[in-house]
Amino acid sequence: MPHSISPQSTQTLEADSPPAANPNPDLPSQDMSMSDASSPAAAEEQAKVNLEELFNDEDSDNEFSSSAPQVKFEDELSQPAPLKVSPRSQFSDPEIMRAFYQRLFPFRYLFQWLNHSPLPCNDFAHREFAFTLPNDAYLRYQSFPTADLFRKQCIQMLPSRFEIGPVYSTNPRDRKQLRKASAFRPLTKELVFDIDMTDYDEIRTCCSGASICPKCWAFITMAIKVIDVALREDFGFKHILWVYSGRRGAHAWVCDKRAREMDDQRRRAVAGYLELLKGGDGAKRVNPRRPLHPHLERSLNILKEHFQTTILHEQDPWAEEKSAHLLQLIPDVKLRDALKTKWDSSPSRPSPSKWADIDTLAKSGSLSMKPQQLLEAKQDILLEYTYPRLDAEVSKKLNHLLKSPFVIHPGTGRVCVPIDPREVESFDPFTVPTVVQLLGEIDAWKGQAETEDGKKVQDWEKTSLKPYVDYFRGFVANLLKDEKSGIKREREEGEPMEF
Amino acid sequence: MIRSDYSRVDPKRRANLNYKKKQFATAEFQQQQYEHRLNFYELPPTAEITLEEFETWAINRLKVLSELEACTFRNKTPEETAEYMTGILNKYLPLRSNSSSKSQALQDERRKDHYSHFILRLAFSSTEVLRRRFSRLETMLFKLRWLKDDVFERKDFVKGLNLDWDEVGEEEKKEILDKLMAAGGVKKGDEMDWFKVDWERVPELVEQRKVFVRRGKAFVPQREQMSLVVVEFTKRLDNALELTSRALPRLDEDDRLAPILAHLSQSFTAPDSAYSSSDANIDGLNVITANSIDTLSTHFPLCMQNLHQNLRANSHLKHFGRLQYTLFLKGIGLSLEECIVFWRQSFKLITDDKFNKEYKYNVRHSYGDVGGDANRRGRGYTPYSCQKLLTEPLPGPGQAHGCPYRTFTSDNLVALLQRTGINDWDVLKGVKEDVGKQRYHVACNRVFEHAHKREIKRVKDDGSWSATDLDTIVHPNTYFKRSWLLKHVGEGNVGVVGGGDRMEE
Ligand SMILES: [Zn+2]
Repeated sequence: MPHSISPQSTQTLEADSPPAANPNPDLPSQDMSMSDASSPAAAEEQAKVNLEELFNDEDSDNEFSSSAPQVKFEDELSQPAPLKVSPRSQFSDPEIMRAFYQRLFPFRYLFQWLNHSPLPCNDFAHREFAFTLPNDAYLRYQSFPTADLFRKQCIQMLPSRFEIGPVYSTNPRDRKQLRKASAFRPLTKELVFDIDMTDYDEIRTCCSGASICPKCWAFITMAIKVIDVALREDFGFKHILWVYSGRRGAHAWVCDKRAREMDDQRRRAVAGYLELLKGGDGAKRVNPRRPLHPHLERSLNILKEHFQTTILHEQDPWAEEKSAHLLQLIPDVKLRDALKTKWDSSPSRPSPSKWADIDTLAKSGSLSMKPQQLLEAKQDILLEYTYPRLDAEVSKKLNHLLKSPFVIHPGTGRVCVPIDPREVESFDPFTVPTVVQLLGEIDAWKGQAETEDGKKVQDWEKTSLKPYVDYFRGFVANLLKDEKSGIKREREEGEPMEF
Repeated sequence: MIRSDYSRVDPKRRANLNYKKKQFATAEFQQQQYEHRLNFYELPPTAEITLEEFETWAINRLKVLSELEACTFRNKTPEETAEYMTGILNKYLPLRSNSSSKSQALQDERRKDHYSHFILRLAFSSTEVLRRRFSRLETMLFKLRWLKDDVFERKDFVKGLNLDWDEVGEEEKKEILDKLMAAGGVKKGDEMDWFKVDWERVPELVEQRKVFVRRGKAFVPQREQMSLVVVEFTKRLDNALELTSRALPRLDEDDRLAPILAHLSQSFTAPDSAYSSSDANIDGLNVITANSIDTLSTHFPLCMQNLHQNLRANSHLKHFGRLQYTLFLKGIGLSLEECIVFWRQSFKLITDDKFNKEYKYNVRHSYGDVGGDANRRGRGYTPYSCQKLLTEPLPGPGQAHGCPYRTFTSDNLVALLQRTGINDWDVLKGVKEDVGKQRYHVACNRVFEHAHKREIKRVKDDGSWSATDLDTIVHPNTYFKRSWLLKHVGEGNVGVVGGGDRMEE
């Protein structure tokens, strides 16, 4: 069978036919080889849901009162039969994934977030989504005219996760019909950042590989604090969404219009501005100009607070023979020799003591350079161990894809929830709900089916996902408010804002 | 700028074109005064120039831009580029400062600079690829000149541009002075003036943290002005090119300009170079005979080595290959008689009778000995330039003419280069990249520079050759001459470049 494809094989597929091309969009297409999605029972259930929808005139979209027709969101209208979650349920089970997309995933807010307006427009319709299917096939250039069709395809294909790319000049699904290749080009996308623990492996002592603990999560906390304040104070961005990546990192989505419209050169500029560590292992990786740029000065002040506890006490980075790297970073030969002698005789001195030894020995006459130079060298060391380590390539390209918020991390089952940067210190990745836990919470929920003002309680409201969705909803509402006044201003001024 | 191209346009259409910018303003037929050495090229030229000036000036500017481009292709540093370009600019497009002279010559230089810019703008506005390339190179040229400009004249020039930059007021300055100084590396005693602009206008300064950034505004020290001016230059030029491209169709109506413009934009592939008779006269090179070709062929560019190898392998070459090779051999100084001997000996498999009937005539024809019109006969055909080789139709089966960098597949090209002794992996990789980007002449120059690395270093170090003597090769005969001279540097009076000019053909 030369054409057979084993389900384990990883490959990139491009599904070019939109779901609408399927004669019955509610039935899974026949050529999709996913047995679980094409079972007649599942199809019947969905058909029923749609029938009910016809009689359902509940209008819960009151946030954007507009005389224009409202967009309906199925996720709020349909309430499929409860799903029994057993302790043995796996988060990658198709039933679990289907229930997640049907009942929990906040399609409505995701749509508003990307669409920038209550009515569907090209910001959403021309946006690229890339699906990773349960068999690991990777489907690029997916796009959807409405949130509802997007939701339908998720329920149909049950992607283990999906990524979000740029808004293109034409519908990504039509790109091959264009006569000129240049007619298909990325126009806008959020400015994104990716902070991953991998980049900290050389200074992280508590864990390694994919695992994390509260001690090393502090690295991510420090990074968020430093980057967030720079983006706001320096670049004037207001709409920055931080998202837990589901395992051991965080993403940032800068959603201001001005950020979305940046070309690659401008993205590179911001990434470069925020990047500090250069070069590979061994060498001194932090060499800023003096006096420090105000951004670095501010970062240093933020990071100082963390250095003593997070680095010296918790990571103990220079225990035993690891002090060799610290010695390497001391620019004064005389002082270095003195320190080496001292530490060789008592290698088990903890890192806080070794750090203190530097000043003690310097003051007692072992310093040949100026105290100011030593101070600067110590600042550089502090920055090397605390300053954010960005995967800068992700930020530099307009057409780079990044995993969507609220999808499930395929390795941990945790939901990629937003992180409120104002409370980043108290964010605990270990309390982030897993999909299995959330579905269990729906089942266990004993509250009223309707709120006091007669609104139906959504499934996500019954779970510990609620605060995260609430935060996201507020974030999106603020973004849309600014977007609206921006459009109004543009109209009044008669010309688009120029940067 | 040429009277007739305005008179041909009907007034209604002209009015249409002027709706936004005075890109092609009604000609006033007067000389402009050029106060500054630098030019943003905002006003189109209005006075008349001759057709000959039109073409020569454009070709000169094209030469400058091509050399600039070659510098970037070869990853020269800004300093190396500036040094290399000094000679080129002095030769083709000199531009002196006000302090140097007040004469008419100064105005003439600036006029040439101004007009040639606008002529090339016409030639390169037709497609987006050309526009982008032109804009990039003109920006580089502007930057180069900016750096060489007199500081006071430069200040004057900037003042005249009316750029909308907010100056940072005294009060704000006081409030954030330490931050401004730290970010900009400004020390006490330096100029204490800053501009405030949207940070997006100075991305490279932001990227390097050379400016203080607050709430989306970048605070740019006075001395970083160039960055701002250059961005502005590019922006305005891009807009102007866009407008020119829309105005272009009507220029096609001028049957005198159209071919020149078409030729110019075509030349951008590889700068055209007329064969110069000086390439044939090489000091220290003895009279070339049919028997010396094998030895000399190590100095041949790849296109000719390929023909030579084919000729030796098959004892034959097809028509176009013969023509290309004959003209090249003529170009290096092989006489008609010796050339006939060369071909007779090379075509081992045919009889004298067949040779005399079918081939000899062609050789004589190439040398201008027979055929053609009487006026051309004195010279015959000119040896082909790279430009000619790169634009002619691709060779068919069994044919070997053209430029191998263009006609060979990547693998075959590498094999051919290795046969000629180029084994350096980096060079071969570079060639592959050049060829992938259709920069065939860059690939060829890369190979030349590699094959003559030591010699080039020597003549540079001892100052016996100037940068212009080593500019980009765009003619196979230049390749041969330079290769031969470099390999014989230090033997008698060999290596005196330009010495060949004394004998007129
Ligand atoms: Zn840990």
